[in-house]
Amino acid sequence: MTTIRCDIVSAEAEIFHGDVAMVIATGEAGELGIAPRHEPLLTRLKPGQVEVIGEDGKRQGYYVSGGILEVQPNVVTVLADAALRADEIDEAAVKRAKEEAERILANRGEAKTVEQAQEQLTQALAQLSALERLRKNLQH
Amino acid sequence: MAGAREIRTKIKSVANTRKVTSALQMVSASKIRRAQELMRTSRPYARHMRRVVAHIAQATPDYQHPALKEREIKRVCYMVVSTDRGLCGGLNSNLFRKVLGDIHAWEQKGVGVEIIAIGQKAAQFFRRIKVDLVGTVTHLGDHPRMEKLVGVMKIADDGFMQGKIDRVYLCCNQFVNTMTQRATVEALIPLPAVAAELERESTEDELHPSPDVAKVDRATSWDYLYEPEAEPVIRHVLNRYFEAMVYHATLENLASEHAARMVAMKAASDNATKAIGTLTLVYNKARQAAITQEISEIVGGAAAVGG
Repeated sequence: MTTIRCDIVSAEAEIFHGDVAMVIATGEAGELGIAPRHEPLLTRLKPGQVEVIGEDGKRQGYYVSGGILEVQPNVVTVLADAALRADEIDEAAVKRAKEEAERILANRGEAKTVEQAQEQLTQALAQLSALERLRKNLQH
Repeated sequence: MAGAREIRTKIKSVANTRKVTSALQMVSASKIRRAQELMRTSRPYARHMRRVVAHIAQATPDYQHPALKEREIKRVCYMVVSTDRGLCGGLNSNLFRKVLGDIHAWEQKGVGVEIIAIGQKAAQFFRRIKVDLVGTVTHLGDHPRMEKLVGVMKIADDGFMQGKIDRVYLCCNQFVNTMTQRATVEALIPLPAVAAELERESTEDELHPSPDVAKVDRATSWDYLYEPEAEPVIRHVLNRYFEAMVYHATLENLASEHAARMVAMKAASDNATKAIGTLTLVYNKARQAAITQEISEIVGGAAAVGG
């Protein structure tokens, strides 16, 4: 068996399902590459990129804002809080969100807004890095 | 003409009723699209989530979460999702009948039952029949929000974690298509109950496809690798699972509500139209009879005078 079934769903939609050669995701403890017959694994996902590599070597990138990753020997399930195809990320909007978050952080409002801003900043940075990686892949 | 006038008033009142029912039908017809869209988008997540927790139920982690173990059942909790408003055919009563059947079965076994009502109709119904109503939330509106559901979820979760209840069921109407809504009762926690149900469903139910991946075939006991650790990951997954299932149930029920109301109101409008047709016929007959009678009276009178 050279492929593993992969399902990526978010609360808003079914994002991807199909047989793939490898799934790459950012887990809480670091980056994970999951090939067929991987050991069962359960982890939370950090905001960032989930990439699936098809049998033909074609890569598809998705951005998730956190979620859960479950691995069974023949199926990988990504339960994303929110997921976007990487080409749907609006770079300008991401930059704006990042700047806004940095501004709030700089001004140091009340504790709660700082927390929110940090969250926002992490998300924006993750989206940006997902974008950059996608671009890099496109050039190859 | 007294009879004819009465009939005319009746026709008018039926016509007014028809106006109301067809208006309701159109409101639901316009809302159902959005409700269906909401339900469709959330369905894959809920289904996959259920599958994942069923897998977890079959694992043998070192960390023991209460929800992972089946325990002796002394008290169960039903979370019943209903509509806020009526006029949607037998939608709510079908669900309540099903829940009541289950409740009786439990009571005969000496198991206590408590109810959490989501939606006005369930709240009214279960208050009336005097079961243990431990939580209520109503008026979720056309776009249910998670914040409103958090309270009742906490009641059920706390009850389970503190050992006051040993099993939680989630009851709602599942949307199959516009004509069909299915009243379902599903186990929510503990997870072994969910896994057992999923396995049963996969053999008999067309609503849950891909049965081959629902089951994990392994004779020996196994466990996940957890990153970073078992406890926070399992806790996180279970929280998410609970939220997703309850939230999704409200969406299923919302889509069912609009579909059922649309169909019920269409039937009512059609019946009203039929009633108006029959009444009009009766009215015309009465009118004709009155005219005939009048003419014959005039003719009779004229003959008497002229004779």
